[in-house]
This record gives sequence, structure tokens and C-alpha cells, in this order.
Amino acid sequence: MAYPSDFKYTKEHEWIKADGNTGTIGITAYAQESLGDIVFVDLPKVGAEVTAGKTFGTVESVKAVSDLYAPASGTVTEVNAELATAPEKINKDAHGAWMIKIALKDPSELGSLLSAADYEKFVNEEGGH
Amino acid sequence: MRYLPKSPGDREAMLKTIGARSIDDLFASIPAEYRLNRDLNVPRQMAESEIVDWFRQRSNESGDGHAIFLGAGVYYHYRPVIIDSLISRGEFLTAYTPYQPEISQGTLQSIFEFQTMICELTGMEVANASMYDGSTAAAEAVMMAVRLTGRRSVVIARSVHPEYREVVATYAWHQGMPVSTTGFTDSGGLDPKELERSITQDTACVLVQSPNFLGAIEDVAAVADIAHKHGAMLVVSIAEAVSLGIVEPPRQADIIAMEAQSFGVPPGFGGPYCGVIATREQFVRQLPGRLVGQTTDKNGKRGFVLTLATREQHIRREKATSNICTNQALIALMVNIFMTIYGKAGLRELAKQNLAKTAYAAEQFGIHATVLFANAPRFNEFVVQTSEDPYAINSRLLGHKILGGLPLKKLYPELGNAALWCCTEMTTRTAIDTAVGLVAESERSTRAMKEADVRSDIEEVAR
Amino acid sequence: MKYMTRKATRHVSQNEGLIFEKSGAGKAAWKLPPLDVPEVDTAKLLGPAERKDLGNMPEVSEIEIIRHFTRLSTWNYAIDLGMYPLGSCTMKYNPRVNEVVSRLDGLANGHPCQPEDICQGALRIIKILSECLTEITGMEAITLQPAAGAHGELTGLLMVRAYQQSKGNPRKKILIPDSAHGTNPATAGMVGYSVENLKSNARGMVDTAALTAQTNEDVAALMLTNPNTLGIFEQEIHKIAEIMHAKGSLLYMDGANMNALVGKVRPGDFGVDVMHLNLHKTFSTPHGGGGPGSGPVAVKQMLEPFLPKPVVITKPDGTLGFEYDRPMSVGRVRAFYGNFGMFVRALAYILANGPDGLRQTTEDAVLNANYIRKGIEGAYDLPYPTPTMHEVVFSDRLQAKKGVKTMDIAKRLIDYGFHPYTTAFPLIVPGALMIEPTESESKEELDLFIEAMRSIAEEVEEDPKIVLDAPHSTRVSRLDEVAAARKPVLRWKPA
Repeated sequence: MAYPSDFKYTKEHEWIKADGNTGTIGITAYAQESLGDIVFVDLPKVGAEVTAGKTFGTVESVKAVSDLYAPASGTVTEVNAELATAPEKINKDAHGAWMIKIALKDPSELGSLLSAADYEKFVNEEGGH
Repeated sequence: MRYLPKSPGDREAMLKTIGARSIDDLFASIPAEYRLNRDLNVPRQMAESEIVDWFRQRSNESGDGHAIFLGAGVYYHYRPVIIDSLISRGEFLTAYTPYQPEISQGTLQSIFEFQTMICELTGMEVANASMYDGSTAAAEAVMMAVRLTGRRSVVIARSVHPEYREVVATYAWHQGMPVSTTGFTDSGGLDPKELERSITQDTACVLVQSPNFLGAIEDVAAVADIAHKHGAMLVVSIAEAVSLGIVEPPRQADIIAMEAQSFGVPPGFGGPYCGVIATREQFVRQLPGRLVGQTTDKNGKRGFVLTLATREQHIRREKATSNICTNQALIALMVNIFMTIYGKAGLRELAKQNLAKTAYAAEQFGIHATVLFANAPRFNEFVVQTSEDPYAINSRLLGHKILGGLPLKKLYPELGNAALWCCTEMTTRTAIDTAVGLVAESERSTRAMKEADVRSDIEEVAR
Repeated sequence: MKYMTRKATRHVSQNEGLIFEKSGAGKAAWKLPPLDVPEVDTAKLLGPAERKDLGNMPEVSEIEIIRHFTRLSTWNYAIDLGMYPLGSCTMKYNPRVNEVVSRLDGLANGHPCQPEDICQGALRIIKILSECLTEITGMEAITLQPAAGAHGELTGLLMVRAYQQSKGNPRKKILIPDSAHGTNPATAGMVGYSVENLKSNARGMVDTAALTAQTNEDVAALMLTNPNTLGIFEQEIHKIAEIMHAKGSLLYMDGANMNALVGKVRPGDFGVDVMHLNLHKTFSTPHGGGGPGSGPVAVKQMLEPFLPKPVVITKPDGTLGFEYDRPMSVGRVRAFYGNFGMFVRALAYILANGPDGLRQTTEDAVLNANYIRKGIEGAYDLPYPTPTMHEVVFSDRLQAKKGVKTMDIAKRLIDYGFHPYTTAFPLIVPGALMIEPTESESKEELDLFIEAMRSIAEEVEEDPKIVLDAPHSTRVSRLDEVAAARKPVLRWKPA
């Protein structure tokens, strides 16, 4: 699987892409594959605060619910409304189907996240598939 | 034991296959000190004929053959015979929750039809596959409003069924949810001024019942306006489902919590009944209980499955919308068949007969005693206030094989000698006239006694 | 394939649309008697509250309704057709005498608000069933009010909370083993407790060392299923009770698996403080496509003051009545007295069995499960070799190598004429096959089941596709659950 090198990753399988003060967040291709067909995404509203390492929503397949963990702290500035009616977009293109954008509180938080290479190594060790 | 399909020889052969010397080997994991080495102290094994006899005696001790004026959340309506014929089919009676849709399409399609008809009747967009009963449905609906609004407290009309209110209070208690109660006006409806005072920024919902416990149909639109103005939701409980045949459903409600016992379910000394929650599509993810949805199979053929299961306990565990697991499927099937039998035209005619009998009875009682909340529109229940204690009147009615209205003294002491009466299509004019006659007699003799008291007082003063 | 014809065969299954699709204006299945009071002007009586239209409610005749529901019924599998080995669900025979006695006029038509002196028969049924159930469980008091097992759990935990509160502190946590039913943590959440997971040991039982470490003054109770969901009796149950009681915590038992114990051992005797029963499992009331259930909660004496109200008492004149004046009660959990119709059925079951029948029932249930275990061991992986009681849990580990999962094997079992076992539960066994035959199966039916399971295992080796595409013989093939969840269609709408 190709993991974009300009993204940073969490061990809970979220990605974040920083663009100045804005962080765009989604889940990884590995996460979508292990979840299977995604049927619903529960995301915060614009204006909500998210905290690094804490949950900010859930993603559901037919028979499982997984928490989403924020890679960094900040205020939600935009939510991908498309996912409400077409959650399958995550299955089709996990790295393109972003979930939320946040105004980063402290961009230096991203320094502690995994690089693409480190993340790929991590999932190979964890899943073996 | 006649339910066990094994001969002693079968058991012996099976033990041998397993490699056990005796059945005790299979219970060896139970520490010896806890094993029960005696017979359970329960009645001896009985023949089927004895069982039927024993229960027939209990049935005879439970008084049947009465004309009944009791309602109060449980209603006597005629149950068409095909309901029991159909639900007795083993494929409905002895199946379980339709976890395997390929061999459960019968149950699934019937629930889908149930959900559809409940939506049609309530004016809501989605309905679940059933809840335990009307009281727990009301409690679950309130908790649903708490999740949806993020607020903590609830305002309940005092005219909601007293036992429903108790159940909501029990559910709310340990969740630390404050519950307050709003009274009713002289017309029997929720007091809007008091409601305005009771609602706060923390009120998740207002819970009313319509027709309410005292028989009055609430002005749901007005209550909804007040609730919504304050950012609270409106939950409406419907205890008498047959009212939906002629009474406009509470379309302004956000959640409807219903008891469908009236639709073909026997009173059965309190249960099992059939609760159901209906709501708007946008709230469906917070709806508790099972849901059946339509889909297709690999060949494009229409079929039905349990869906949106991620709301439920077996997946979300401690974060589930509710711990509810079983619903009331067989009772929901009774309800479904009843709704199908009466349908579009029949439900209206049935409701109209209830309305006519009740209007007649209220008018007749009103000639001799006081019918409270007389100005409120009502469906099939009304409150009669008498001079004499209704318990005393009821015990005389019992002599005529009539069960009079429910005395309200313990539930609403402020109404004095009042009782809640109910008439359905099953109530005959003869029974109404007999009951009215006895109430009239009670009023006459109470009045005569009062006059005698006054006379003796005057005589005493004169002396 | 070679055994298939022994149980299942094809037969005509009729197509049937939704009832709305058969509706036609003017058709009717109802007839009301003539009105014996004056007609009313509905507009005058109801004003704006009058309903004008009943939307898309159907209009059909009686014969159409009979055919509609009869056709639908033939699309269901049921206990009456054959073995229904859903683990943890106890799908036993539902005796027909239960149905007959529950429909007797005085019982089916009793109004819950009628005067106590004309419902003595109903009250006596409640009282005798209560006595039987406290004797069977070895407990000291009981409420029959909860409407189902999960509702019983709620009631039980409310009582735990009230009890702990009466000792000065409701406490914060409920311990729950990782093998527990989903209702356990969901219930704890509803009662305002946080849930702490308890890991099972290598033998599939509670790890008493871990339990000791995790039990402290914050723990209100341990919720334990015994035998647990692996079908294993907790052999250190006495130690478990002691550990809890030493810290003032209570032992709650989920009685879902009581069918393994009745007449052989009593939870009250091994230290349980509070437990619920499922009358629709152990006591043969019908499952009815998913309910109604009934979930009595039995307790030890110290919890008696907290029982939901009302409770049935014997009055000074010897008659029975309800007592409402119970200041320490947790309150009401349901209107009226619970699912009375289920009490009638459960008591009829107990009377039909007697003490000897109840014991034999338990012995046969355990015998059947062990016979299946022996019969399919080897063909399927048995993750916990510990002795099992009324149910046994295998895993799909061997079949997964060929890409076949527990759900696929379950679907293939349908083609062989059986209802599947419980899939993917308990969670501690990846790819679980949870099998509970109950006492209601004959040796012949069990042999057919064993043959079917072994035959499917062979198919997985030789031709996994036939298993992966199963079922082949049903009126619908596997349904698209993803589409159902993504774009929910929860009601019919006119085209």
C-alpha cells in the first residue's frame, strides 16, 4: 500500500496532513481495509474542540464500531459532508476521503507522529496482512 | 418425562460414545460441596390433564364474565380469532430473533410491515421493531432525548399514566437525571403556564400522554411550541392505540412512545404487551431496539435484514443506545395482524364506535354525577366524580357482575371521590345503563343522607 | 454433500408480496356489530383533533390475511422443524399445554387494575412460581416484574446500586469478564457504572489472581455468567464469591445458562447474591421470533428491601395482595406486574416436569452438548479443552486456512436442514462456533447434526466454494447488509 509521504500517521490508523495552520484528518487505507465496508461515520460539528490522542468520532461497518482518535489538537473548521451520504468513499480512497479539517492548536504536536515509512513498518508488524 | 426424546438405552449409548461412566462424570466440574443431593422442593410431576385442571381453577378464581369499565392503560377490544390461529403457527411461535435472514424472512417481512403501519398511524418516519411495553418505551424515549439534546433533565405531565411516570423515575434516578412534574388545568390538559415555568435550559424533553391518563386529548401542537421554543424535544406517549383511528396523531412530536396492547393483545393481567418507539429519520441512530430494513440478495431479489445493529448492545456494549436485547416480536405480530384486519377503513369505524359509546356513557353519568374535564375533547375515557367513595359504589356494581371505573383517590387525591371510566366497542348500552343506574342511586341516597343530617342539625339547634 | 438428503429436501415455497401490495379500496376483513347507542358527530366531539385520513393502511380480506401470514411463516426456520442450536439462547421445545392454559379466559382477560379479591388465581400463580424459582436458584426473594433478561440485569444492578448506596457509597465500577454477553456492559452503562474488563485465564475461567488484584472498594459487583459463555463451570466459584464479599462487593450471576444447573446445583448455595433468569430460555416460554421474554431477578435476603414494587404478600386474612409501601424499593421497572402470560407458561413447564423431570432435563442438556463435542472434535478446533456443560464452543481456525469463516459454515448448515449455531461469540474465541443443543434433541437428530458438521468440514477441504456461497437452498441467498445499513429503507412507501 502506498502511504503519502506528506502525511503523518497515528498508531490508531489516522492520518493528518498539515498545510500551514490547517490539519486535514482521515483514516488510513490499512484501517479501511480491516474495517471492511464502511456504512456510517459520526463526526464532530464545526467549532468543536478535538484533543490529540482523544476520540473525536466513530466509524461503523455493518458489525463493528471503531473510535476515531485525533492526531493533533485543535478546533474543527470543516467537516466532509459528503461522507454522511456516501461513507463508501472511504473504502474507495481512504487517503483522499478526508473527514475533518482543524485549526491546529500547536503544529509542533505533529512531530511525535509516525512518518509514512514508520507507519508502513508498524502495520506490517502489527497485522502481517 | 414426556418432553425428553430419549430412551434409557439412548442415554447409555451416548455416555459410552463420550467415554463417561455415568452422567455424574459430566457434572464433575461442579465442586462436590455445592452439588444438590436431594430433590428440588417443587410440586411433583403432573399429567397434562392435571395441569389444565389446576390452571382452570386459578382462572375461575380470577373472575371472568364481568362487564368491564376499566381502562387506564389496558383496554378491552375484540380480538379477531385469526390472530391466535396465525401466531400459533410453530414457525412464528418457536423461532428466535431473525439473526439468519435467509431462514427468517417470514418474521423479518412481518416486522417490516409492522414498522410501516406504525409509521402510517403515528405520522412518524421510522418505527422500531417493538419495545417491552408502553412504560419502558416512554423511559427509553426520554433517554433518547437526553442523548440527542445533550441535556439532562425531563419535565413530565402529571396526566401521564402514574405507573409510566414511576418507571421513567426509576430509569432516571441512577442516571442522575432530574425529573419534574407539571400539572393539568380544569380542562384536563397540561397546564401551559406551569410548563413554561418548569422548562429550563437543561430540559431535554417534555413527556406528555395523549389521550392522557384522565381521558383528555392534549393540545400537542401548543405543547410542542413551548418545548421547541426552549430547545427541548417533545415525547408523546400513546397508551390507547385505537384512538389513532379517529384522533389526529401527535405529528409535532419528536419521539412517540406507544403501547399497542389495544391492537389485538389480551389484557393478560398486565402483560406481555407491545411497546414501540417512532421518530423522525434524522434521529434513527439514537433509536433503541431492533430495526428491520429492506435490501436485496445476490440475485437482486427483495429481502429483509436486521439493520443498523451497531446501535445495539452486542456490538457497542457499554456505549449502546440501550441494553435491550429481546423485543416483543410475537406480540408485535398480534398487533400487525390486528392492524391488517381493520386497516384503513376499519380502524376508523372501530374508533368511532368507541367514541360513540363513551359519549353516551359520559352524557348519562353527567345527568346524575359530575363528569370532570367535560370540555376537553376525549376518546374513550372520562372521570366521574361522585358524592360517595367509588370503592363503595364499585363493590355494589360487582354484585351485578360489573367492574366499575378505576378509583383515583390514591393517584390523584385532589380529585376527591373520582373514578376513571372507560368504554370500548365491547361495552353494551345495557351495562352502561346499569352502572349509571347504580351511580344515580348512590347519589340519591347520599343526598338524602346529607339532607337528613342537615335536618337533624337544625332540629338540634332548635332544641 | 453425501449426507444432505437425510434431513433436508426441497419443497415449494410460495412467493408473497408486502401486504400493502395486495390492498384494494373497499376490501375488508372486519365487521362491527350495529351500534346500540346514538351515532355521534365526530367533528363536533373532536374539533381539530379529528383525524381525517389513515394514509396507506391496507385494505384486504380475511382469506388474504390468512394466506399472507401463513406463506410468510413457511419462510421461517423454527424449533418445531428441527434442532436450533443457538448457543446461549436455549432453544428448547415450547410445550403446547403452556399456550392452552395461558389463554384460559380468567387469565388471558384479567385486567391488572381489577380488585385483588377477584384476581386471587392470578396472584397465586405469581406466588407459586416465585416460590419454585427461589427454590431452584437457592435464593431468598424474587421479583417477576422485569420484561426480559436484559431488563432483569437492569433491575438487578439497580438493586446492587441501591444496596451499596445504603452502605454509604454506590461505588463506581462493575467487573465483567471478557467472555460476557453484550447486555452486561450495556446494562452497567445504563445504571451509571463504568465497566472494567476481567481477563479469562488459559482454561477459559475467571483468573482469581487478576480478580483479587482488580477488586477494591470501588467495585460494586462482579457480573458473572456461570457456566460461562464457553459452557465451562467456574470451578473456583467459591473463591470468586469470597474475593468479592471480602471487599463488600456483590456477586451478580447472569442466569442465561441456568439450563445447565437446574436441579443439580443452586447459585444461592455457591455464593451468588443476585441473579436474573430468562423464562424464555430455561423455562420453555416461546421465543416468538424475538420475544416476549421475562427476566425474574432472585436475590439474597439483604437485597429484599430493594425489590421493585409492588411485591405479592399474604394478607392477614389469608388472601393474596400487592404491597406498595416499600420505602427502600428501587421503584418500578415496568407498568403493572411483568409479563404475566410468561409466568403462566413457565409454571406449567415446572409442573409438567416436577423435581425429577427438571433434573433429567438438565442432565440431558449436558449429555447432548458433550455428545456433539465428542462427535465433531477433530473436525473443528476446540480452543478450550476444559470440560463443558450445556454448550460447547469451537473455532473456525482449521477452516479459516481455506478462507472459510464461522459465518460461512453457519450458512452451509442451513442447506443441511439446521438452524446455525451462534457465530462469532464469545468474543474471546476468534471465529467462534457456539453450539447449544438443549435437552430437546433426540440421539437421531444429534447424529444428523454431527454428520452435517463433519460433512461441511470435508467440503471445506475439497470444495470450499460450495461453503462460501451457501446457502443454496433458501428462497433468498445472502442479503446485502452493507446496502441496508448505508441507505436504510425501514418502511414501505407507495411507488
